[in-house]
Order: sequence, then structure tokens, then C-alpha cells
Amino acid sequence: MAWLLGQRLVGIVLVLFVISVLTFSLPHLAPGDLVRTLIGNRQVTPQLQEQIRAQYHLDDSLPVQYWDWLTNALHGDLGTSVQLQQPVSAVLADRRLPLTVALALLAFVVAVVTCIPLGVFAALRQRTALDTVSTTVALVGLSAPPFTIALALLYALAYYVPIFPVYGSGHGALDVLYHLLLPAAALAAGVGAMLMRITRTAMIRELDSDYVLAARGRGLSGRAVIGLALRNAAIPIVTSAGLVLTFLISGTIVVETIFSLPGLGQVLQNAVQYKDLPMLQGVTLVIAAAIAVIAMVADLIYLGLDPRVRSGRARS
Amino acid sequence: MTATTVVIESVGIQPRRRLAVIVSIVIVALLVVAVVASPFLQDAALHQDILSASLSPGAEGHPLGTDQLGRDVLLLTIAGTASAIVGPVVIAVGSMLLGILFGTLSGYRGGLLDGTVGRVTDILLALPVLLAAIVIGGVFGGGYWSVAALLVVLFCPTDIRIIRSAVIEQAPRPYVEAAQMLSLSRRRIMFGHILPNVRSLVITNMLLNVGFAMVTLSSLSYLGVGVRPGSADWGRQISDGREIMFTNPAAVLAPALLLIIATCAITVLGDWVGDRLAGDDEA
Repeated sequence: MAWLLGQRLVGIVLVLFVISVLTFSLPHLAPGDLVRTLIGNRQVTPQLQEQIRAQYHLDDSLPVQYWDWLTNALHGDLGTSVQLQQPVSAVLADRRLPLTVALALLAFVVAVVTCIPLGVFAALRQRTALDTVSTTVALVGLSAPPFTIALALLYALAYYVPIFPVYGSGHGALDVLYHLLLPAAALAAGVGAMLMRITRTAMIRELDSDYVLAARGRGLSGRAVIGLALRNAAIPIVTSAGLVLTFLISGTIVVETIFSLPGLGQVLQNAVQYKDLPMLQGVTLVIAAAIAVIAMVADLIYLGLDPRVRSGRARS
Repeated sequence: MTATTVVIESVGIQPRRRLAVIVSIVIVALLVVAVVASPFLQDAALHQDILSASLSPGAEGHPLGTDQLGRDVLLLTIAGTASAIVGPVVIAVGSMLLGILFGTLSGYRGGLLDGTVGRVTDILLALPVLLAAIVIGGVFGGGYWSVAALLVVLFCPTDIRIIRSAVIEQAPRPYVEAAQMLSLSRRRIMFGHILPNVRSLVITNMLLNVGFAMVTLSSLSYLGVGVRPGSADWGRQISDGREIMFTNPAAVLAPALLLIIATCAITVLGDWVGDRLAGDDEA
């Protein structure tokens, strides 16, 4: 167990290292003169060029630059946005990051609460109307790009039947929640479809296995049997968390822009358009690191769920 | 078991619906016709006429109205099919070929090569595809095909993994041992004997990848990565048309609904082909 844990930790450190190196090298690999890019729209003067070279330590060797950049980033200093001339971390921390996190969490909660039970029901009542309807809805959720689902919902529930606000994030907790509900529903469609299908398959497999037959034979109640099967079915559900998470975060970035929500997605899109490299680095680092860390947490939960892994037996 | 195999497995289990499959085949056939026709429609579709800008659906000569540049939405949408379909097909096939090459080599030969391929795919898999594509595509600029090439690289780790584990499962089987006994070359064993036995998995995965690639590529073009302003592309149409959603909703809804319909049809077909091929393998 300890060895496995150590292995995972080394893995995550390695991944974070690679992500940081890639993010660091972005500006250096980008086409065009780096100093000019970092100056942006400001007047180009030799003085300013000198100042930029000094500020970004561009005259140091690359490993030294990387080290400086990394220590700064770990201390919360992600550089200065070229476009806005504000510290990147301040821009991200002010509403952007909280909004994206809130949206992703809301979508995740909606998906988990509705779709895991739905998957269990679909597995229990195979080939009934409920099963057919939910697998069909799941097909759309799983196949279609989240931003098209968002658009369809936006048109139907904000334009055609104006129940929900068309854009913006609102003020105050309740109003924000109201503004986030429709985007969250659009995101939850895809994530929920994944969760539902994985749950359904896992439950069908578990309900088919010998231990369930044995439990039924011993006269356990239907409920207790489902509980037993669900515990084992949870393993593939949790293992797929990485996939679900990537889907969720990628979806959030795009869906946000459909609803004109000022979150990380909008920042990312602006940074790409204005070639705002420090901003781009900051957003990329934050999102990629978050995904890597949460994927590891899911991995650890999986270790805790599977007793074979916990005791260090079986599984190569 | 990796997360990807769980999803692929679970995609194969929905109730077989003859009707859904037939409808999907018709949709895909229509899409193919539109792809073939689109090069001939580009000129007419991109024709701007500011005088008749943002017309509502049903306007004379424009069944779906026009966008803010006065382009006919119906023509523009049909002309955009090529951009939505051709790239994803190339991405899926390219990623499959890389997957076959590295997956088979890595799975059958093992050793240092396997270790290296394993580490590289591990790292690539840790990068969220869409984020990496937005950032890399955005920084380096580049057109449609450079973004498609980038997506091949970002997609192939999954293919390599899936094919590698299937090859590892085949390697100890008697037919492989027999081939080894006949001292056939390793290349012949790998690509002549093992590969045909994992073909159902390879093909199913490729078809599902066409759908994933469509989602990714259209998201990118919606965000303005990899597609020039003013070209006929569904993602581009959606981002442009959002401003005129009140005056002509069709400018946004036509490409959006087509994306939904096309991706669903491809998934249904992928599932169906996967089920059929899996049945073949068992027989």
C-alpha cells in the first residue's frame, strides 16, 4: 500500500514537472520576438525593452529562468498580463477562478445526483422504456459537443421561453446560482451521460456475478443486494473520474463563452486572441495542475475502495 | 482497466435499435454527399450581400435566412460540412495508424521501447486534449491542417494504450507461438497475424474517435483556433451568429443542431459496427 502510494506520488510530481516545463517553454517556442510580444501594444522604446528583459530575466540561462519562474509561480506570482497590465494571479483570483470552479462543481453535483441513480435504475430495469429513454438521452449527452447543447438550451429556455437569463453571472449568491443553472445543466448533460453509462454497465456486470446470486440465495433484501453491488460498481465509476473531470473542465471552458460568463474560459480565449503569453501561461498552469491533482485524489479514493489494492495483493 | 476501456465497453451495450442504425446510415450518407458537394458551393456560400443582412428564415430565396454579412445560412451550412467532417476523419485515421504502429511494437516487443512509449503516453494522457489544443494552436497560430496534425498527436496516446493492451493479451496465444516456431519475422507476426485479430477493437475505436475529433475540432473553431475568419465552418458560424440570435436564430441553430445530429449518428454507427465486429470475433 505504502509503496503504491509512493509510486502514485512520484507519478503526480513527474506530471506536474512536465506540465510546468511545457508551460514555461510556451513563450520561448512561440513564433516572433519574445520581447516585442511581452511589450504588447505599448510604445516600443529601448528603455522598455531593457526593462522587460530585466523583469523576465531574459538574459539568464534557460534553466535559471525556469527556476525563477517556477519559484515565483509557487509563491502565487504568475507574472503580469500584457493585455491588462495587471498581475495574472490577481486577475484570475478576482471572480474568474471562483466562477469557473463554482460552475464545474455545480455541474458535477447535478450530474452525480441525477445520473448515478439513473444508471442504477437503468441497470435494474433493462430494456424497459426508462432504460431506452435514458440511454438515448445519454447518447446525445455523450456524443454532441457541450457547447451545442448549451446553445440549444440557451435558445429554448432563455430566448424562446424566457425563463433563464441570457448572459452574465449576476450578483449575490442566489442570483449567481440562477445565472449558473442553465450552463451547469448543459455541462451536466455530457458528464452525466458518461457517469450514467459507466454506472449502468458496471451495475449490470456486478448484478450478474456469483456473489450477488449468493447474497440473493441467502435471502438478503433487494436493497442490501443493490448496496453490495453498488460498492463494487463504484470502482470503475471512480476510476473514470479522470476522464469525467477532463471532459468537465474542457466543457466548462467552452460553455462559459456561450453564456458570456466571465470565467477562466473567457480569459483563455482573450489570452489566445491577444497573444497575452503570461496570462496564457497562468491559466494553463492553473487548469492543468488542478486536473492532475484531482485525478490523483480520484486515484487515491480508488485505492481506498478496492480492498485487493489496499492490502497490496493481486493486480499487477 | 483504464477509464477509456470502461467507456468504450459501455458504449457497446445499448439496446440494438435497427431504426436508429438506419437513420444514422442515412444521415452519414447525406453528410458524405454534402462533403463532396461543398467545394463547388464555397463561392456561392461565401457570397456577401450587405443589403440583405440578417434576414429571418423564410425570406425569399433564403430558406434559413442570412447572417450579418448577408450570406445564405443554408448554403453556408452545407458548405461547412467539409470542414466539420474531413478533418475529424483524417485525425481519427492518423491517430489509429500511430496507435497501430506504436501499440503493436510496444505491446509485442516490450523492453526499453515499451517503457519509453509507456512513459510518453502517460505524460501526454495527463494533458487535457482541448486545453492543450487551444493553447498550442493559439500560440503557434497555423491553419486547419496544423491544428488537425496537433490533434493526431494528442489523440494517439489513447489508441496506443488500447492497442498495446490488446496485443499483450494476444501475444501468449497458441497461434502466435506457432508463428514463432515457424520462425516468421517479428514484423510478419505483429502485423500479419496479431493485428488482424485485434482489428474489431481498432476499427471501433477509430469510429468513436471520429466523433470525439468532431467535438474537439468544432469547439476549437468555435473559439477561433485553426479556422480563418469568414470561412465556411460550423464552429465559426456559431460564434459569429451568436450576435444575431434574436433576428435570425437559424444562423446559430442550423450548424449547432447539425453538429449534434452528426456526432450522434457517428456514435450510433460506431457502436453498431463495434457490436457486429465483436460478434465476428467470438464466432
